[in-house]
Amino acid sequence: MDWIMTQPWPWWLSGILIGLTVPLLWFLTGKWFGVSTSLQQLGCTLTPNSNLEYLKSHDRQGNAWTLFFVIGMVLGGYLATRFLMPQPIEFLPSQFKTWQGAVVLLIGGVLVGFGARYAGGCTSGHAITGIANLNWPSLLATICFFIGGLAVTWGLGNYLFGTLLGIN
Amino acid sequence: MIGRNRVWQAIVSLLLGTYFGIVMTKAEVVRWARVHDMFLFREPPMYLIITVAIVVAGLSVAILKAMHARGLDGEVIKYKPKPYHLGVIIGGICFGAGWAITGACPGPIYAQLGGMEWMALFTLIGAVMGMYLYAALKPILPH
Repeated sequence: MDWIMTQPWPWWLSGILIGLTVPLLWFLTGKWFGVSTSLQQLGCTLTPNSNLEYLKSHDRQGNAWTLFFVIGMVLGGYLATRFLMPQPIEFLPSQFKTWQGAVVLLIGGVLVGFGARYAGGCTSGHAITGIANLNWPSLLATICFFIGGLAVTWGLGNYLFGTLLGIN
Repeated sequence: MIGRNRVWQAIVSLLLGTYFGIVMTKAEVVRWARVHDMFLFREPPMYLIITVAIVVAGLSVAILKAMHARGLDGEVIKYKPKPYHLGVIIGGICFGAGWAITGACPGPIYAQLGGMEWMALFTLIGAVMGMYLYAALKPILPH
């Protein structure tokens, strides 16, 4: 059983465990799995008196669970790296630890937040929960995630990651 | 019904979030290099993980629906479909671009922070800014 600690978990186990989050969360709380709603909830928490309709119309009580889920994910990331890894995990290549890297992450982050909210969900809410419920717009969203990701990687990747950040 | 209790929901969400954070980290879907290699078609694990996750979630939901299962909130299982609008396409492409750049979709951002990858703070600040940008532009964006 050493491999649980020493190795990354195999794809089939990872996939099963991620997929099970959906029925577990639904059964225990009646909520559907999706992470990016937490960004909206975070906005309502940071600026409770905002005049933006998108935040005013947000169901803060009904989505309060998302912030607890967020705290859990942070805690889970900590526990896994602290106790379930033999050596430190490289989340981001060291080339990102520069001011160029910070700007790239910030701009990429804006695209993540804007895109997830405009599309109505992210990898969890659309790709996993949505497709699991046979919701065709979620399948379309997932295809578009890959179109956007492939376009950036193959179109701008050489410049963005190679020239700008020096990652080969 | 305990499933509707706010304290219960908070505790369960915290525990399941922790579970999900651990799984994401041990699955390595939180690593920029894995996401990059996925988009370069260099290695199959990310595709396999996502596919298996969808199949397992889909089978679970199908079984629960066939049973007319009730959750601990007392409600029969019912999914409120996410609707189609132009944002699914435009937003979806933007999101995918951001995912490829940062190597993180929203879940992994939080797990990276937990793993003390402080550069992920820039990704998170960006994502919150992006949410505000959408909130501000929503009235004029096509839906």
